[in-house]
Amino acid sequence: MNFARVIGTVWATVKDPTLTGIRFVVIQPEDEAGARRGAPLVAADRVSAREGDRVFFVRAREAAKAFPTKFAPIDAAVLGIVDAIDVPAERTP
Amino acid sequence: MKLGRVIGSVWATAKVDDLESRKILLVRPLALDGTAEGEVYLAIDSVDAGSGDTVLVLDEGGSAGIVLEREDPPIRTVIVGVVDTWSVELRS
Repeated sequence: MNFARVIGTVWATVKDPTLTGIRFVVIQPEDEAGARRGAPLVAADRVSAREGDRVFFVRAREAAKAFPTKFAPIDAAVLGIVDAIDVPAERTP
Repeated sequence: MKLGRVIGSVWATAKVDDLESRKILLVRPLALDGTAEGEVYLAIDSVDAGSGDTVLVLDEGGSAGIVLEREDPPIRTVIVGVVDTWSVELRS
């Protein structure tokens, strides 16, 4: 799972029937410090994230498992909205 | 499975049910020589790991479901061990 920022929304009327009722957002992957990482992508949203929210998401087969059908054609899903990130000063062993 | 080091934790109130009362940790990938390598990612803890721990991380959904005792969770990245030490012969 990785961090991302919600930067938009996608609407699609014509779509695979298993996608009915699922919300789609455009997310920009970020690192733990909030710097952009890679290209934006469309993800299915399970947590009603809003534009500007910092979220975390999962890619690949597991993304579809976030939804009741378990088999929708989804390859990225927002799983949670980040309240806070706690990174203590890194220890060097 | 991969080696990583736990560098922190993530707090999220709004999340999918499968993550309820699960600890979400930040992991920095480690190369076999122990140096940091690649991008930090989030992993679900199953062994009570904490910041500074070197950990063994699973990245496969089927096994994640078994470890977390959930049927088909939307989770593939799980910390499944705390590493005491490792040894490898690196050939150049």
